[in-house]
Amino acid sequence: MRDRLAKLNLIDLFLWVARAAILVVILVGTIKTIISNPYSLRNWEDFIIFGIAQGSMYALIAIGYTLVYGVLQMINFAHGEFFMSGIFASTSAVAIPLARSGYLASHPIPSLLLIALTSILISVGIALLTERIAYRPLRYAPRLMPLITAIGASFFWQYYFRGLFGSQVIPFPDIPQLQGTVSFLHTQVLKTHILVIFVTMVVLVALNFFISSTRPGKAIRAVAENKDVAALMGINVDRTISLTFATGAAMAGVAGMLYALVFQQVHFFMGFIPGIKAFTAAVLGGIGSIPGAAVGGLFLGLFESLGPSLFLQSLGIPAFNQLKDVIAFTMLVLVLIFRPQGIVGERLKEKKA
Amino acid sequence: MSLFTDLDLRKTAMKWLVASLITLSVSAIGMVELFGERFVITGLFTMAQILFLGPTAVFAYRAVQETPQAKQWLGMLKALLIGLGVGLAMVALVWLAQNMDVRSVFINVSPKLINILTFSGSSSLTLLLALTGAGLAGGALALMPANLRTALLAGGGLTVLIGLLSEILSERLRALFSSQLSSAIFASKALQLVPAIVLFVLITAFVYLRSIGRIKPVGIRLPAGRESLVRTALISGLLLVLPMLLGSYLTEVTNNIGLFFLMGLGLNIVVGLAGLLDLGYVAFFAIGAYTMAALTSTGSLGLAGLSFWVALPICVAVAATAGFILGMPVLRMRGDYLAIVTLGFGEIIRILALSDLMKPYIGGAQGILNIPKPMVGELALIRPEHMYYVILIGVAVAMFMSIRVRESQIGRRWMAMREDEDVAEAMGINLVSTKLLAFTIGAGFSGLAGAIFASKLGSIFPHSFNLLISINVLSLIIVGGLGSIPGTLAGAIILVGLPELLREFAEFRWLAYGVLLVVMMLNRPEGFIPSETIRRELHSGDEAEQAG
Repeated sequence: MRDRLAKLNLIDLFLWVARAAILVVILVGTIKTIISNPYSLRNWEDFIIFGIAQGSMYALIAIGYTLVYGVLQMINFAHGEFFMSGIFASTSAVAIPLARSGYLASHPIPSLLLIALTSILISVGIALLTERIAYRPLRYAPRLMPLITAIGASFFWQYYFRGLFGSQVIPFPDIPQLQGTVSFLHTQVLKTHILVIFVTMVVLVALNFFISSTRPGKAIRAVAENKDVAALMGINVDRTISLTFATGAAMAGVAGMLYALVFQQVHFFMGFIPGIKAFTAAVLGGIGSIPGAAVGGLFLGLFESLGPSLFLQSLGIPAFNQLKDVIAFTMLVLVLIFRPQGIVGERLKEKKA
Repeated sequence: MSLFTDLDLRKTAMKWLVASLITLSVSAIGMVELFGERFVITGLFTMAQILFLGPTAVFAYRAVQETPQAKQWLGMLKALLIGLGVGLAMVALVWLAQNMDVRSVFINVSPKLINILTFSGSSSLTLLLALTGAGLAGGALALMPANLRTALLAGGGLTVLIGLLSEILSERLRALFSSQLSSAIFASKALQLVPAIVLFVLITAFVYLRSIGRIKPVGIRLPAGRESLVRTALISGLLLVLPMLLGSYLTEVTNNIGLFFLMGLGLNIVVGLAGLLDLGYVAFFAIGAYTMAALTSTGSLGLAGLSFWVALPICVAVAATAGFILGMPVLRMRGDYLAIVTLGFGEIIRILALSDLMKPYIGGAQGILNIPKPMVGELALIRPEHMYYVILIGVAVAMFMSIRVRESQIGRRWMAMREDEDVAEAMGINLVSTKLLAFTIGAGFSGLAGAIFASKLGSIFPHSFNLLISINVLSLIIVGGLGSIPGTLAGAIILVGLPELLREFAEFRWLAYGVLLVVMMLNRPEGFIPSETIRRELHSGDEAEQAG
């Protein structure tokens, strides 16, 4: 015990105080809320379902971060833009013309499939271009350099798409068949939320099959394990890395589609905040791990949806919902400081970390 | 068959594809249309033409350059093919826009754009010919002797630059010399045709004759052994009278350059010397500005009513302390995590500043108003020409500190740490305290810039402190050269000064920064004016290859 105390320096002390302070805020807020009980059970159910839907999107986006990190040990800062580009372009170029022609209302399923497909294809295309131009030449450069090109690429795509489709918020067309609620486990749930959760589950199962049981999936895992040995085994490493980017971007394309259905609007800047939050989710679950990304996404979604009402409101903070993003960002900071290996992930080897 | 192999079709097709994509993109995202309003030579020649002919010329040039010298006609054939190919792609765009409702999706494919592309409504054939011509011209440039090419490019480039800055240059000419001279050279916003040609010929001839040794550079003979002293005296003298030469508007631009230079110096210590990528740098700028506002404001949110000069050191101290406190928890993590955590911090501070929670103290979205200007005796420093000297002093102090710190033992510790943390630690460097010092000093510089900024504007709003400021500062030190002080200045002039002068292109400022960051990292990671160590380090591999 004395030995440990001696090792405790000023910074550790500071970190402990910070940890304790945040814990106290959360605990006090939660207890006060439970005592005053401002919401009905119905409200809490709504919060939880919205949190799961939101978390599903974070999970899908987070997979892109995790896959790329797995093979390149690099944070793909532009991933949020892959998410934005697909759905922003697909809304402007496919969804709105379809809605205008009336086809969307009369044939919602093929239309939605078409919109989703365009979204995925564009996200994948943008990802492949970015990888080829901005990342591949710098694969063996100092770490700072690909990070800076990633920031550059991120800004480039934001303003490129802003130039193509405009800077205004574009409303995603209404789909009458998806409005309203259905009864599910004794509670009323929005149809879009059910769709989001269902699609995410299907996509995650498919992804799991792809990564674990197909040849390209095995190649991705081999490259993530060791690039040189994978190359010796006859795996085309460049192509596999491109494939990894494409897989992650396809997930982002699906997430974009779901985002548009839930929030009903798209915007050139919409990739930034979900991108950072999904990164938080990826780190929460242990970056590099696919199940981790899914768990982290769900956790973050729930935390964010419950958090403001659970422990900010009763602390007497005015307009506490404004601080929703602060919760996510604080979580990001805390996770990176205290548990960079993630909550469920195992400790990374020093070489990778 | 041999023609096909010689033509290297795959590479040529790739160049055609990229050139077409770039040309189509600049047209579809609205750059061409916007630049079409900016004449370089009045009534004749706009920036739009440079923009949509330029890429073709560049790729044709590269195609010719890659062809072996013995087969130059083949190179020209490639150039012709590229020009023709891009021309066809663009004609297809024009055709689509004229016959289908492209605009309902791509909002910038407007009739005005088509008008510009077809040279004020003449047929698509003109467009095709123009692009083919651009391809051939680019190819021809590659065949010229190098010194002639340099001369032509210098002449063209400088003429275009002068044309772009006509408005300001003509105003200055009128103020400093005569209005007749000014209106003889400049039309309202561009060069006149004849002076433009004269300028182009003169510059080209000058550069060419110098390169073949017909004009000897005129050296001013400085007293031996005192060169640096004389140079310093000359530069300081020039800096002192600069506002009188520049006039109010340009001084204001210079002030902004100065503030960003100040921030750049700080970030240079953090990123350039210590190798810590800080994306939340704007937070310290905001803290400096808000501290200044709270301490000096005469409005309802003012706390102390201090004077600018008393508040200034407090602001720097507060920002530096904030840097220290924020630095403590984050500096143990690795590089890319650090970037994201600092980004998160920056966002947290911005959201808090906007929220109702902090509104009673810092005004929420309405910000803090009524920040008084600095006073010197009885004189309030209201005009930009006055603020210039405040900023100049700030910059001088920061530059002095930067240089002294960089040359000290601490500077070498930072650089050792940047190169390899593990080795640095093994050498007995305490990583955390060394990083904290860099973070704290960098934050202090940023706080100083923020404090001056608040007092210069007179009121501050949370919207002035977004991520884009951090990105702007990061871009300028990368373009200039990481770790290099002259580079930071050059970066500030190019990335802050130029956009201020070319306001109507502001929409594409961030797009350009994005491209610039990528292009710099790929082609010139050391920046335009690199610091000596970084240059050596990045090119040591090349030299080794050449030697081996």
